[in-house]
Amino acid sequence: MTAATATATAPLAPARRLGVVAGLRHTLTLAWRSLVQIKHNPMELLDLSIQPVMFVLLFTYVFGTAISGSPGEYLTFALPGIIVQNAFFATMTTGFGLNNDLTKGVFDRLRALPIARWAPLAGRILADTVKQAWSVSLLVSVGAILGFRLGNGLAGLLGAFALLLAFSLAAAWISVLVGVLVDEPDKVQIFGFMVIFPLTFTSNVFVPTDRMPGWLQNWVEINPVTILADALRGLLVGGPVAGPALQSVLWAVGIAAVFAPLAVRALRRRV
Amino acid sequence: MTYAIRAEGLVRRFGDTTALAGVDLAVPTGTVFGLLGPNGAGKTTTVRVLATLLTADEGHATVGGYDVRRDPHRVRQLIGLTGQYASVDETLTGTENLLLIGRLLGLGRAEARARAAELLTDFHLDDAAGRAAKTYSGGMRRRLDLAASLVGRPQVLFLDEPTTGLDPRSRNELWDIVRNLVADGVTVLLTTQYLEEADQLAGEIAVVDHGRVIAQGTPEELKAKTGGQVLAVRPVDPADVSTVVAVAGEVAGTVPEVAQSTVTVPVNDPGALPAVVRRLDDAGVAVAELALRGSSLDEVFLSLTGHRAEEDTPVNALERTPA
Ligand SMILES: Nc1ncnc2c1ncn2[C@@H]1O[C@H](COP(=O)(O)OP(=O)(O)O)[C@@H](O)[C@H]1O
Ligand SMILES: [Mg+2]
Repeated sequence: MTAATATATAPLAPARRLGVVAGLRHTLTLAWRSLVQIKHNPMELLDLSIQPVMFVLLFTYVFGTAISGSPGEYLTFALPGIIVQNAFFATMTTGFGLNNDLTKGVFDRLRALPIARWAPLAGRILADTVKQAWSVSLLVSVGAILGFRLGNGLAGLLGAFALLLAFSLAAAWISVLVGVLVDEPDKVQIFGFMVIFPLTFTSNVFVPTDRMPGWLQNWVEINPVTILADALRGLLVGGPVAGPALQSVLWAVGIAAVFAPLAVRALRRRV
Repeated sequence: MTYAIRAEGLVRRFGDTTALAGVDLAVPTGTVFGLLGPNGAGKTTTVRVLATLLTADEGHATVGGYDVRRDPHRVRQLIGLTGQYASVDETLTGTENLLLIGRLLGLGRAEARARAAELLTDFHLDDAAGRAAKTYSGGMRRRLDLAASLVGRPQVLFLDEPTTGLDPRSRNELWDIVRNLVADGVTVLLTTQYLEEADQLAGEIAVVDHGRVIAQGTPEELKAKTGGQVLAVRPVDPADVSTVVAVAGEVAGTVPEVAQSTVTVPVNDPGALPAVVRRLDDAGVAVAELALRGSSLDEVFLSLTGHRAEEDTPVNALERTPA
């Protein structure tokens, strides 16, 4: 222990407010914090990658022939939807990490610092977006190896990523709300499995709508997962884009409009 | 005198619970102020209000001269906070935890790195600097937590039960750290359930119970306030104990207690000591030990609140093993 530990230096008069640029800097630093841990825990990257790749392999080779006639044709049909499913699961990371911060007291530590109020959340979401980009690239690459061909080239791929990003940012608010409401991180994951599994399976991600019982088809057609999957098929493979893309954006706006205020209010109440 | 922290009439409710029922505090700059109270007394809530994490329903408070409610951003630039539970990012290394705070506080990359290294050395965490914090012992986590709250060289430091759950050695280390900080001019508000801790570190203590400050003063004043002093006499020959009991009892006006041939009795009159000495001398009793001491904070707490301060939290609870 030396005297260097803390010296109450004569302070400059502290600033009253923070600029937006400073807030963005805080966001970047906090995003770094969420990503740098992958360096120590490469397993997390594997975690992030194994499930989607497994889904692609299993569905293509186990169900592909039965559903579409051949694995190759099935891959073309299913890969865009698997990317959507993976994006839904990935949004749960945001709530999981946030709940971890809340229960471990890290969130309080950050809130007691002179940083932008919104930076801790924004940093987290930014980091999760980077992870999202990683999974999409991985899925497209694995798909390419197995024979998936982009119908609209790079423009289609970028469009698909942008749409997915918009939707994920909206869905992240649901995740934040859950992360604030539950008392331990594992419950966020339980919620994820309980809701996202049925939601993504009762869509046309894995099986075409007309192969399902009639009563289920009604739901499948309005399921936002179906709509987003159709938009991604249009962008990555070919076919109609404008309709499903527009509807996806509307869904994203709707989800954000409902869940962002709820999540922010719940967070205010909890801390 | 300038006050680093002032609070007037802080009230905070959580639903039906009134966590703070009107707390007043005045902490002179450069001192250690102890907030002493049992579990649920309102210590953490007080700290959270002062550290801008929570707003009070009534009353107001300033830290470093700035209102915690109107100027929270300014207050945050002056304070460091070590919460009740070590709040480090367990997946990051010790160095990264401190780098994170340094960068958020606006230090440049090199500057943040230098500050992190300096603090890790000061807190004997050099060897563990590159390890994830989840591998740290309870004492190491606490030290890292404290280091994290010092990155910005705060003028006012809040320590919420900093030694709860630490083994005696880690606790003593932490006490030394706090003493050094105060020597450097930092104002420390420390909450504790441990009477000994408040007595050791704090220049002034506020005893809180049920969201109120029920007594305040230096440790000595608090001891003097209740029960005054205790006269203890041990005769050389244990056979004389009954004579000592009679004499001391008569002078003090109450029945003394006897433990291992030491007779103790509370006294208020300063003349009691010489009177007892004279009369024992007259009776020919040889005295092995004679002392007038202040009552312990433990006794103070009991007489102020009607219950003991440390009901179910042992002082020397074992250090938490790493998860
Ligand atoms: N967020 C909260 N919600 C509901 N009750 C709370 C909350 N925080 C504290 N309390 C209650 O307020 C009282 C004071 O709590 P606290 O300040 O944590 O006491 P201490 O730190 O002295 O143990 C307790 O009865 C506690 O249960
Ligand atoms: Mg507490």
